[in-house]
Order: sequence, then C-alpha cells, then structure tokens
Amino acid sequence: MAELVKLTIDGREIQAEKGALLIEVARQNGIEVPAFCYHEDYSLQAACRMCLVEIEKTPKLQVGCTTPAAEGMVVRTDSDIVRTARKGTLEFLLTNHPLDCPVCDKGGECELQDMVFRYGAGESRFVERKHHVDEKQWSPVVYFDAPRCILCYRCVRACNEGMGVGALGVGNRGAISEIIPNHDDHLECDECGACIDICPVGALTSGSYRYQTRPWEMEHVGTICTHCADGCKTTLGVRNHEIVRGNNRDRSGINDEFLCIKGRYAFDFTKHPERLQSPMLRTEKGYQPISWSKALAIVATKFSTVKLAGGRFGVIGSNHTTNEENFFLAKFARQGLETKNIDHHRTGDLAAFFDALSGKNNVLATTADLYQAKAVLVVGADLSQQHPFLAFQARANVRHHDGHIYAVTTGEVREDQQAVASVRVEKGGELAGVESLRDKLKAEGDLVIVFGDAVQGDVLRKLVAFGDSLGIPVKYVCLVDYSNSRGAFDMGVTPKDGGLSREQMLAAADLDVLWVVGANPLKNAQLASKNAFVVVQDLFMTETAKQADIVLPAASAYEKSGTVTNVCGEVQKLAQAIKVMGPKTDLEVMGLIAKEMGLDLGIWLPEKVFAEIRKSVHGYNMSQGQLAVGPAATMPLNGRVAALPGTIQSSGDTLFTSGSLTRYSGILNSVMEAPGQLYRGKGQ
Amino acid sequence: MTFSPQLEQRFAKMLTRYPEGRTRSAVIPMLIYAQDEVGAITRDVIEEVAKRCKVTPVQVDEVVGYYSMLHRKPQGKFHVQVCTNISCLLVGGEELYEHAKKKLGVGHKETTADGQFSLEEVECMGACSWAPAVEINYDFHHHVTPEKLDQLIDGLRKAH
Repeated sequence: MAELVKLTIDGREIQAEKGALLIEVARQNGIEVPAFCYHEDYSLQAACRMCLVEIEKTPKLQVGCTTPAAEGMVVRTDSDIVRTARKGTLEFLLTNHPLDCPVCDKGGECELQDMVFRYGAGESRFVERKHHVDEKQWSPVVYFDAPRCILCYRCVRACNEGMGVGALGVGNRGAISEIIPNHDDHLECDECGACIDICPVGALTSGSYRYQTRPWEMEHVGTICTHCADGCKTTLGVRNHEIVRGNNRDRSGINDEFLCIKGRYAFDFTKHPERLQSPMLRTEKGYQPISWSKALAIVATKFSTVKLAGGRFGVIGSNHTTNEENFFLAKFARQGLETKNIDHHRTGDLAAFFDALSGKNNVLATTADLYQAKAVLVVGADLSQQHPFLAFQARANVRHHDGHIYAVTTGEVREDQQAVASVRVEKGGELAGVESLRDKLKAEGDLVIVFGDAVQGDVLRKLVAFGDSLGIPVKYVCLVDYSNSRGAFDMGVTPKDGGLSREQMLAAADLDVLWVVGANPLKNAQLASKNAFVVVQDLFMTETAKQADIVLPAASAYEKSGTVTNVCGEVQKLAQAIKVMGPKTDLEVMGLIAKEMGLDLGIWLPEKVFAEIRKSVHGYNMSQGQLAVGPAATMPLNGRVAALPGTIQSSGDTLFTSGSLTRYSGILNSVMEAPGQLYRGKGQ
Repeated sequence: MTFSPQLEQRFAKMLTRYPEGRTRSAVIPMLIYAQDEVGAITRDVIEEVAKRCKVTPVQVDEVVGYYSMLHRKPQGKFHVQVCTNISCLLVGGEELYEHAKKKLGVGHKETTADGQFSLEEVECMGACSWAPAVEINYDFHHHVTPEKLDQLIDGLRKAH
C-alpha cells in the first residue's frame, strides 16, 4: 500500500496516494479539473495549460496533470484566478481555431466546444486574421485540418505509445506547429483511426464518416466487432438503418480505447452492392432468386429425403456466427440430421489445449491478464497483425507496469521493439526457441504464454509441460482466428465422437448433402462428391456459394443479437445495430428449416437458445446480468478432451484482411497497406 | 546511405558517447554534420539518421522542422545569418539586415542565382556583447556595420 497524504482540494480534506497526480486525485473525488492533453493511458505532456490550479504558498498556478499530491497541500480548482486562467487559455486556443462548428464532424461531441461553453469567455479580444492552412488527406481514412488542431499531442502519443507505430509527429514550431504524418504528405501506418477517436477537436477526421451526419442524429449501438477473435467492443453509429461510424468513445468494452481498422471502419461490407438479398436457386439459366418459403421447402424436403434414405450429411459451421447459432447447428446436425459429420475451419488446436490443461486451475488467460502479468511470451504468432488488441494489451503492460515481453517467432514482429528478448526460429523450432529463454522466464513473477497455430498437438503439450516446469504461475492463450472460433469449438461444431472432419467431408465421394453455414471451405478446395446437394448460408456469393445448389442470404453479426466468445474465452453480447430486409439470421434460417422438416429443436430465439447453452455447455453458466454489463465471463476447464481429426491452420489474416469478408470491405481495400503489404514478407 | 569515412568515424564515436539506450541524443549533432557534408537535410538523411539513432523518421522530421539551422534545401556556399533580436536590433541589426538584402539581392531564406550566398534573418545567437552580430557559415563577425558587411561579402566573392 502506497503512503497516503492528506491534502485539501476546494476546501475538502482528501486522502490520496503520495505522488498521485492532482488531476487524478481531484477526479476521483468528483472534482473536475478540465484538460485536453492529459490522457491517463499515455505519457504526460502538460501542453494545453487547461488544468491550471492554484496551490497555496506557490506563487504561480500549477498544472494539475503533472503536479503530484503532497502532504498539507491546499489546492483550489475553482478560484477567480483559476477561472481567469482557463478563460485566457481557451481564448488563446481559439485564436486560430476556425469557428466552423456548424459543419465540423466533431460539432456536438467536441471537447473544445464543451470547455468553451463551460469555462470560456463569451467574446475574444483577438481581431487579427486567423492563420489558415488547407485541409490535408493523409490516407483514405485519415484527414487532417491543421487550423482546428490545438496541439494537445494526444494523437502523437496514442500512435507512438498505444499502437507502437509512431506515424505522427509535430512539425515546425510556435504558432505554425502542426501534426505531421510519417511520409511527408501521407501516412503509412495501421490506419487504425485511434488518432481520430482520441482527438478532442475536429482536427483529425475519418474518411468514411466526415460530413456524413451530425452526432446527435445517430443511434449508438455498442456491439462486438465481427472480424478477429479479440472481441473488441465497437460502438456503431447508426442513422436511417445504415451504419455510418464505428468507434469506442465510451470506452466501456474490454478493449478500452483500442480499436483497429477493422473494428473502426470495416463495417462497410454490410452495404456492399453484391450482398445477397434473397435466396438463390441454381437452375440451368444460372442462379435465380426465389422466395424464402420456396427455398426453405426445397432445403427441408431434400434434408428429410436424404435422412429417410439413410444418406450422408456433411455440415460445416462457422467461426464467426454466434454461440447460439453454433449450438443450434450442432444440435440440428446431431439430433435433427442424425449425423456426426460436423466441423468448422479450426484455426487453433483447442482440443489439445484444453486437454493439456485439464486438471489445472487458473491457467486460462483473459485479455486483462496480458495487461497485468509480469511477463508475456509470444510464440509463433505476429500478434500485432493477427491479434492487435492482445498486442495492445502487452504494450500497455510494458508502459504502465514495466511488464516484460518475449517473442519467439519466425520473423521480425512489432513486439521486438519492446521485447526483453526476441528469438528467431525456423518454422517448427518454436519449442527450442522457448527453451532458450528458460532462465529468463523462470525469473519472472508470472507469465502469460500466447501461441499461434504452429503450436499444436504434441508441441502444444510440450509447451504446457515447459510452462509447468518453470515453477511460476503460467497462464495460456491459444490463438484462434475470427470472432467466434472459440465459441464454435465450445458449442460442439466439431467432428467429435467419430465424425468426419471438414477435409474428410469435402473428400468423401458419397456425400449426399453438404450444408455450409457461414464458411467458405471451397475457397481453396474441391468437393469430391459430384452428386452432393450443397446448401450455403452466407452474406455473399463466395467461392463456396458459387458451387451451391441453393444459397440462403444471411445476416451479419451487426444485424443480429446473440453472444460470441473471444480468443481468451470471454463471452460477450452482440447488439443488433441495423435491420435487414432480405437476409435472415442463420439462427432463424436453421429454425425455419427445422420447422419445415417437422423437427423439434426448441425455440430459435437467441435468449432461449442461450438458456439451453447455460444448462448444457460447460462453463457457460453465466448470468444474463454478467453478460450484459461484464466483466466478460470466462469458463473453467472441463476434464480430458479427445483429439479431433482434421487439420488446424490459421488463415494468417493481417490487420487489413478478414478472410472472405476482406474483398467486400471497400475501406480495407482502399488503404495502401492493403491487404497487409506493409508487413508482407516481414514477420510471420 | 553512407557518408565520408571521416564522418562515418565521427558518427560511430558519437553513438558511444551517450548512456545506453539514449542513442536518440545523437540526432541533432548527426543532422548538423550530415547537413554540412550533404548540403541539406534530404529525405535520405532523415531516414538514415533515424535508423542510426533508433528513432522513427518522423521523430527526426520533428527535429528538422523545429530548428531553423537545419535546412531541407541547399543553402548558398556562404550562408549569411544576420541577427535582428533585441540586442542587435538596438544597435542597428535591422538596418544591417535590410542592407544585406539589398547587397545580395535576395530575401530571407533565399539564395543568390549563382548559388554563392544565401541570407537568413536569425534569432539570438548569443553574441549580444558584440552586437550587431553576423554569422557566415560557422564564423562569427562582431560589431558589424553595413560597410564591414560589404567588405566581408566582397572579400568572399573575390576569394572564390
């Protein structure tokens, strides 16, 4: 426990940790000290002069954001002199700031507006011409309007410290200082847009959102990003049933202020012109749109006929549909179709993972553990590319807790910048690389080991044995791709108990029905069975859909409710942001097919299905309340898990790709780094 | 890019002069020496200094933008810097600068057509006791009068 000091703020006696910053002490006690440049996650800047406070026996006003609390201090945050100083600061900030609030994207949610409204003077003494510089476009997603900038350096610090990219700086000096990008007139970076979110004014604006709407015209829907497995919360701004913005201004998710380009911008696939709007039936004249009732009847009849004749089914589920959908699909396959042939594209060896850890307690790391652990070891994964939020957590750990990062990878990774030790290995040499770090790791207080698909089967067991042998508390994260790989596994979308794996289904010459829900298995593979009736549920005409007999248009994650489980096993709720006319959620489609077939698989409402999941899936017995407000639920282990047939391979997505969805996101394809060429050939 | 063997040697030594992990301290001296050899701070110089000092290019860019003695474009062979800050101003610094403009026929941060001279109005260079002061390249000239400046410029012109 840190030493406590007594001080007085605005006449109130307050106890605070010695050395805590005045601005924080005041905030914790409900006293607002206004500030622009101060941000609790990043280094101190003391640039904006907005947080000036009066301290007794100190002749001049002091900045609250860098002055530590000390015994006996008497602080005033609302005296005449402080109020005058704030007025003066705001008057200065407005000398060159254009008063274009009526057309500024930030208008209505601008910190400068709020501050001037609350603390500012009604008029300005400056009559000089404002210094004007034209607006610049730095990338498809980032625009910079220099005159609006108040030089708080938040964007520079967020990019340097938070993202580890360092693409922004400050050029020139004095009154003509302005933020500069890393390549003279353009940015080459993660294109994450963190700089835009963190900008207190409208200096940095988003290419996809600018001049689209006013903030108060949107509804704000907090949901979970549908792209990678990290499970970041993204708040979607919705107007007229269209998503116009993604951000995390309320910072209420597990990801706090973090979002990458996918979470912030890659919602645009929802309105892609090639989006399927009605069921499509393959005919001699190509695909013809048909009604839902006809389509459901065709599918149900086919399923019933094949089932009656004792035919062979193959069911391929998704790693980005909800837990409820995965659960229902697994139930449909096993009980409705009476087949064990169900699988999904597995991207991490969760079976071996849970098996190797069975019997141990407290060994599954959460996303918060990466921020709090003394050390993080990354094995065989390019974390910043594939799991940007986990990488962000590890970086924040170094920044805030002096945490240590170790990397064992086949190539250069961003984690090297901060790593205590980086080991380069050939593919397959990961274990030897880890072993070479034994002494260093042993000396750590505790450790989180994060590993990619290079670590599976026996190698995975050996890695866990290595962790055991260190004699310190070790937690693990088995990396998987896509928003609900973990959920697909937990819900039983796997060929356990002797079913055919995904590859075996595709290779089986006598398959009668292949039912693909939200997956693209035929992207790089052939279907051996020539007579199989192929049913595909998807958003787009993917390679797999193009081989289907019937395609059913599906709703995306932003268009439905339900739950998803992230890479660390944290279960979170989706919220429906927009309604769609043609497509239906996969759950509804499955429910309707079941009904048409006369099967009783229960009610297909997400809440009802989740109630069933709570009862029957180990570890998911969390309350609705916990699901709604967090913290994210995590699950205990469940004994031995049998190995599964089939291959396990990560799709190796980068920051700028998201499987088959990539090509339907204009934004992901518009940035110069797309799809990940900035890092292609480097790292793993 | 590489520099002359002498400069390479100087840079190598420079990097050892700071405590471990503080190679960024070498950014400014490296930029100045590189500017002298290359003639200006080009994009290549920025990238190279960043690499050697283990900082990002944009961090070097910030430094170049901040300091007026670092130039992105080549200066004249003789870079005439006239101080017009308070001490020099009081004893004729401004008149001296106006005179220099007329004499050279160029303005602030401009270079003569033959590339021989460039002119810059600078802030205090710490020579207040001998104001008004002029710096030509790295040489200081004290108590400069318009006549003395003419002699200086004519002398340099003749010698080269």
